[in-house]
Amino acid sequence: MDAVGHFFQAIPLDLLIIQTVNGIVTGMILALIASGLTLIFGIMDVVNFAHGELFMLGAYVGFVIFTTTGSFWLALIGSALIVAILGAALQIVTLRPLIGRDPLNTILVTFGISLVLQNYALWQFGPVVRKIPEPISIRFTLFYLQYPWYRIMIAALSAAIIGSFWLFLKYGRFGIWIRATAQDRVMAQAMGIPVPLVYTGVFAIGAAMAAASGVLFAPMAGVNHTMGLDWVLKAFIVVVVGGMGNLAGSIVAAIFISLLEAYATIWVDPSQAVIVSFIVLILTLLFRPTGLFATPK
Amino acid sequence: MTTTPLDKTNLLKAMSFNKTKLSHTAVFWIGFCAVMALMIVAPLVLPEFWRRFLTEVLIWGLLAMSSDLLIGYTGMISFGHSAFFGLGMYGAAGALLLVSPPNLWLAILCGLAGAAGAALFVAFFSIRLRDIYFAITTLIFSQIFYVIIFTWTAVTGGENGLIFTRPRLTIPFIYDARFTTTTMHWFVLAVVTASYLILRRVTQSPFGMVLQSIRENEPRTRAIGYPVERYKMVSVMLSGLFAGLAGVLYAVQNQFAAPDFVYFLISGDTVIYNVMGGIGTLVGPIVGAGFFQLARELLSRLFGDQFPYLIPLGIVFIAMIIFLPQGLLGFARRWLNR
Repeated sequence: MDAVGHFFQAIPLDLLIIQTVNGIVTGMILALIASGLTLIFGIMDVVNFAHGELFMLGAYVGFVIFTTTGSFWLALIGSALIVAILGAALQIVTLRPLIGRDPLNTILVTFGISLVLQNYALWQFGPVVRKIPEPISIRFTLFYLQYPWYRIMIAALSAAIIGSFWLFLKYGRFGIWIRATAQDRVMAQAMGIPVPLVYTGVFAIGAAMAAASGVLFAPMAGVNHTMGLDWVLKAFIVVVVGGMGNLAGSIVAAIFISLLEAYATIWVDPSQAVIVSFIVLILTLLFRPTGLFATPK
Repeated sequence: MTTTPLDKTNLLKAMSFNKTKLSHTAVFWIGFCAVMALMIVAPLVLPEFWRRFLTEVLIWGLLAMSSDLLIGYTGMISFGHSAFFGLGMYGAAGALLLVSPPNLWLAILCGLAGAAGAALFVAFFSIRLRDIYFAITTLIFSQIFYVIIFTWTAVTGGENGLIFTRPRLTIPFIYDARFTTTTMHWFVLAVVTASYLILRRVTQSPFGMVLQSIRENEPRTRAIGYPVERYKMVSVMLSGLFAGLAGVLYAVQNQFAAPDFVYFLISGDTVIYNVMGGIGTLVGPIVGAGFFQLARELLSRLFGDQFPYLIPLGIVFIAMIIFLPQGLLGFARRWLNR
């Protein structure tokens, strides 16, 4: 007992608070990625393996726009738009022919897309890490750290994007179409909703959200061609833990898992901290296979 | 009176049925022997580079074939076969480094044990899951093994991996010599052929039939009374064992074990070999591996080493799923499985 008490005393409170802030910031970025992924799964039954690559590509496009125009905000909006168009094109060319086939085909096709996109990025930009500078460089003092306001802004922006997306789903005309398709696609089609267009639109929106989070994340750690896999894995974990197709669940799960990983880095190396989220996934699969936050039916 | 001609036609039908069945087996084994003969002669004719190339294709083919048992027969896509392959490699590496003089058979045994351990672990958690969940879970489990191997530098050598000397090819009391590229090829060929025959036997056995019925309709298979989870468990274990065997062969051929081979890319390649060659055929994945490696080699010879060969091959892969979902050998699927 004494040893346990000593163990907890050994954690400085300030470190804990700093990690909480860090965890929430990465959690919000992760939530932005995962909500696109869970949306695409919930509506189209497609597990988008290429989602991490869209995130990575979004960051690269943002980098290119930033270096040519010098405006971070232009990069954010432009990258989201360009990747949304790319996503729509990818959906029309590769996923539309697969509608009605075994859903496992879609995981294979999106895996193929991720290969192509990742190698394209490597070929085009090389293995060097690219960086977008922070758009606002003001910092505030958090214990012994000069903590950048930018990170807080990322979390706020992510929350704003997710919030406006939620409002769009709730009240927007297209949003209502999306929800109707998610509930019953045959009935939706019978009521005159253009379901194929909804599919393409959903994929484009998911891609845009991934791209936006890519640009937001870029100033924190830089852009390279392998970042897609790490993030798509995390997003998969979040989506499974939150319950496939459950938007609110995946947002909560994203923050929960990011916080756990952030706390884990107090004791272990960051590369080992991912094991914590793997363990959360295993426990979820064992005890609540439909997700921690699934509503019981 | 009218029964006699009917009986006759029935008899004729039965005879012709019997005849075609016989000829099918005959054709299969003739084809098998022809391919084997070509493979046996190949290292004697081919130059050094292509000899090694062919051996590697066989090893990748074995890896792909092992995952075909899951993808093609049980209907579960594994995105984590690199874990079994890599554990096989590291198991073999451990045996070769710790025991002196290095013994080939001990390396195989240890590699298989490593892969079996990994397969047991993965299978225990993932067999209750289906489709997409299974695919994601196997992927995440392989990443767990990757992270452990990558960061546990004291044991696994971390990023640098392990380097060891190749054991001698020994068959007790009969043969004992250093491996040459030719004997290496023959050894790999023997192992891969034996694995193919075993897997073929397994898929045609009642056990294999249950696996295929799980693929076709899992709830119904369960309703009939088969313990689906136990069957899935055994199929994941079997698949993992053969993947581990491929890992051992690769380790012995290249004399190193590296974390790159536990990484997701190997699992991805395995899935590509399967889709390109034709899932559910067992030989298809070997053909797929050959096609992929050959295309990669040709592309990098034509356009230089830096050429991103995965862009054209990825596009071919996507096109094949859309337009040719059965793969290169898919047309022969029924014939090969008869």
